[in-house]
Amino acid sequence: MFPTDAKYTKDHEWIREEDGSYIVGITSFAAEQLGDITYVEVPEVGDEFSITNEVATVESVKAASDIYAPISGSIIEVNYALEDQPELVNENPFTGGWFFKMSASNVEELSALMDANSYESYVQEQDH
Amino acid sequence: MQLIYEKSREGRRGITLDALDVPQVDLPDSLQRESSAALPEVSEFDVVRHFTELSTRNFGLDQHFYPLGSCTMKYNPKIAEVVAALPGYANNHPHTSTSTATWEQCQGSFELIYETEKLLAEISGFKEVSLQPIAGAHGELAGTLLIAAYHRDKGNKKTKIVVPDSAHGTNPASAAIAGYDVVEVPSDADGTIHIEAFKEVMDDDVAGIMLTCPNTHGLFESDVKAIADIAHQYDALLYYDGANLNAIMGECRPGDLGFDVMHYNLHKTFATPHGMGGPGSGAIGVGERLLPYIPGPRVVKTDTEFELSTPEKSIGRMAPFFGNFGMAVRALAYILHLGNEGLKEASHIAVLNANYIHARLKHAYKSAFDNQFMHECIFNATPQAAKGARALDIAKALLDYGYHAPTVYFPLTVPESIMIEPTETESKETIDGFCDAMIEIAEKIEAEDNAFSDAPTTLSVGRLDEVLAAKQLNCSY
Amino acid sequence: MSWTPTTDIERQEMLDIIGVSSIDDLFSSIPNELRLKSWDIPEGLSEMSTLSTIDKMSRKNSVDTVNFMGGGYYDHYIPAAVNALSSRSEFYTAYTPYQPECAQGTLQSIYEYQSAICRLTGMEFSNASLYEGGTAVFEAATMSIRINRKRNKIVCHSSMNPNYRAILESHTANLDVEIVDGDDPGNAACVIVQNPAFDGTIQDFTELGNACKEAGALFVVSFYPISLGLMKTPGEMGADIAIAEGQSLGIPLSFGGPYLGILATLKKHVRKMPGRICGETVDTEGKRGFVLTLQAREQHIRRGKAMSNICSNQALCALRALIFLSLMGKEGLVEIATHCHSKTEYLKSKLSFATILNEGNTFNEFSVRLPKDAREVLKAMVKEGFNAGIPLVDIGRGDANDLLIAVTEKRTREELDAFASALENVSCS
Repeated sequence: MFPTDAKYTKDHEWIREEDGSYIVGITSFAAEQLGDITYVEVPEVGDEFSITNEVATVESVKAASDIYAPISGSIIEVNYALEDQPELVNENPFTGGWFFKMSASNVEELSALMDANSYESYVQEQDH
Repeated sequence: MQLIYEKSREGRRGITLDALDVPQVDLPDSLQRESSAALPEVSEFDVVRHFTELSTRNFGLDQHFYPLGSCTMKYNPKIAEVVAALPGYANNHPHTSTSTATWEQCQGSFELIYETEKLLAEISGFKEVSLQPIAGAHGELAGTLLIAAYHRDKGNKKTKIVVPDSAHGTNPASAAIAGYDVVEVPSDADGTIHIEAFKEVMDDDVAGIMLTCPNTHGLFESDVKAIADIAHQYDALLYYDGANLNAIMGECRPGDLGFDVMHYNLHKTFATPHGMGGPGSGAIGVGERLLPYIPGPRVVKTDTEFELSTPEKSIGRMAPFFGNFGMAVRALAYILHLGNEGLKEASHIAVLNANYIHARLKHAYKSAFDNQFMHECIFNATPQAAKGARALDIAKALLDYGYHAPTVYFPLTVPESIMIEPTETESKETIDGFCDAMIEIAEKIEAEDNAFSDAPTTLSVGRLDEVLAAKQLNCSY
Repeated sequence: MSWTPTTDIERQEMLDIIGVSSIDDLFSSIPNELRLKSWDIPEGLSEMSTLSTIDKMSRKNSVDTVNFMGGGYYDHYIPAAVNALSSRSEFYTAYTPYQPECAQGTLQSIYEYQSAICRLTGMEFSNASLYEGGTAVFEAATMSIRINRKRNKIVCHSSMNPNYRAILESHTANLDVEIVDGDDPGNAACVIVQNPAFDGTIQDFTELGNACKEAGALFVVSFYPISLGLMKTPGEMGADIAIAEGQSLGIPLSFGGPYLGILATLKKHVRKMPGRICGETVDTEGKRGFVLTLQAREQHIRRGKAMSNICSNQALCALRALIFLSLMGKEGLVEIATHCHSKTEYLKSKLSFATILNEGNTFNEFSVRLPKDAREVLKAMVKEGFNAGIPLVDIGRGDANDLLIAVTEKRTREELDAFASALENVSCS
């Protein structure tokens, strides 16, 4: 059910490799939990983060969530389209609703993340 | 309905002053604003019509039953409004307290503060009370700052505050604002904190624990004394969130349970009006351990009069003067009128009313817990949600029946929670009418899917688009 | 004596339905050893006696002296309609508008209040109120640190009300925050100025505002609402955040509260602003309506990560302020400010026996050095029927002979003349 070309964190972020850098967003499960997203606060290009640092914030009418760095690295690109169209996260969480692109300072960290199947099981547990 | 700005007409005036009886002096050009503020231009009568009409678009407690759990929406006595408006109090300038030269002008205010603090202290079993904090959350911040001062004074380096998962949002927010990390302790399936769960989060790094009792599930925390003892063994302080004090007045006192500090919500337990969200008052009660740090200046009594004094280790001012003094005047009227028997009776009937509602509704709605509720009861509307009518829809449906909704979606520990607190000032007919409505609503939900999805339909507006509001962010005209 | 209506018969009926024999049974979850240790509360008084008891107490205050005391809180005229309208029970007994459909009165009034504050200050977004002017300084400081994430230095200009400064210190005692005095924005999260200053001096802080921008610090201006009838606004001076005590807008002196904390900011900062905010929207039929918005910033949603812990605010006082500003209106506020300023200048001109301490212009408050100890003068002036002002030594801002005097539109020429002559007699005798 979840894209197999990405890996997943316990905080419902996805991360996908593209040409040596890594695109990050939140999963459809997270987007559904939040409801209609009204605002996304993105990091700045050049900002550096360690794994699990707070990188961004997502707000809906009834909730706000922090987005954490799935791996350590620095921000290369930011999806500024989300400023005017935060609904992209609800509509296309895995494509148009991407948050930022980052470099990896320690690629090994990826191996600790969940693949699509593990994430699916994880999500099913959450729903209870 | 139009905005007051849409009703403005150029040149219209409301209130005018007498002609200026001294020579007019203008500010230098460099200090003047570019153009006058674009405030409304309306007549006094326009203003009166406008706000009178606005008031008809509101549910006030004087018009509607407001069974909001955790809010204690009890009758706001009119005598309280009269005493707050007494010219001796309404017109007393706070800076008369600044200089000893003018203390004779505010002896009546000092006396009121002194007497009110004394009575509040006795009601909940604390040594002293400070009326300075301006709201409950402000009281929580004050209490956390007292805890921080205590540890600083002892050279302790503790960074954590423990709160239950059922805590009101202001608890972790206040702890964080005061510079602490927040650790959650989970409630047990029976809705209370069990001592084993508490022991798991306790260590030398915990500066304090914030609890309320009965808790936000409406249940008395039976392990509270054991929790207090363990906390004190670790030299952690215990904070009592006084939001639910209405359940226990005259039956038990937080000070006797081992709490070191508490806040009162004068706008809950002591009937000062909610005013659309404020002003309230979050006076704090302080026990032996934290007494040296109590906010100051404080009113003290000598043989002949009242004076101010600031304890040496005081954390200083939480407010510019003595807090929301006007709310203290109202609270004193309430306490004096009720007296020793009336305060007890208030808690007794508050608990009776909540249990009665629970008894009447427990066949129509799923009770969130099996334990004995006190002054509020909670239902879990998951069964109704399965039929397409969530707690939100039930809340909106009640508006059409003429009742303000109970609290919904709090505490976070109960899914689809509906928390009902009737208070003691409601008649049996009102409570029965509410229960009849809730039962009718449950029956409708049982009979048809997605019932009440468009409620309310009888008020000045229907359901409002909150997503649009957040996106377009139009917050001024 | 109480307000509980249930009769004994009804109580019994209810106990029967619950299935217990007495109310005591409902308290069985409280262990016996935790029951009441003491209950030394007096017997209840009738409403009549309650009133006379508190009335007698209030008469130990003296409020009949003509008021020249300021220090952030002013004796302005409160029009009758402010009390009449804000004491409608649909307003004052209503709750926070979490169910917006039955609270459009509340919500529209908050929206109108927010609009009034923006128009008054030249800022872009106002919240629905904070507690009062001192905690507003604290909120503005922490807001600046949230926005300016890598800095934790708060610079307080010498103009700040000393009680506000004390509140800022007490509230940040356990935080990793540095509070310094001065006006150097270098490496600061914000610089906070007050205009008019506590001693009454007014100035154009635009240059300092520019310096803040250059240095990457937020510029916070604490203002006095009535002065904005005439004065250059925080917005015009380049403020990022404007804060104030709103007591002067139709709120009684009431010995220190309830008052009104005002906070307004620019669009780019709005998501870091504390407090409730009301926004416009539509209902399912497209009808205009109002709701609390951006609630994800607040404690009930964000909990430990909220912008502030504020829950109860000063909503009813904000309503009073809105009604006041509507009654006075565009021209009326200019008129009040003109009266306040002109009467103050007139009074100053009659005090040649004393030395005005302010270097530069003042609005409606000034500090003066008397020929004699200010406290002695104050005591003697009470006998003359005047509450003459605040001795600056008592608030740590001046010498023993210094007095802070404020004048509002309520002071007639006769009162000003009488005050000046009494002050001269008392000071020079």
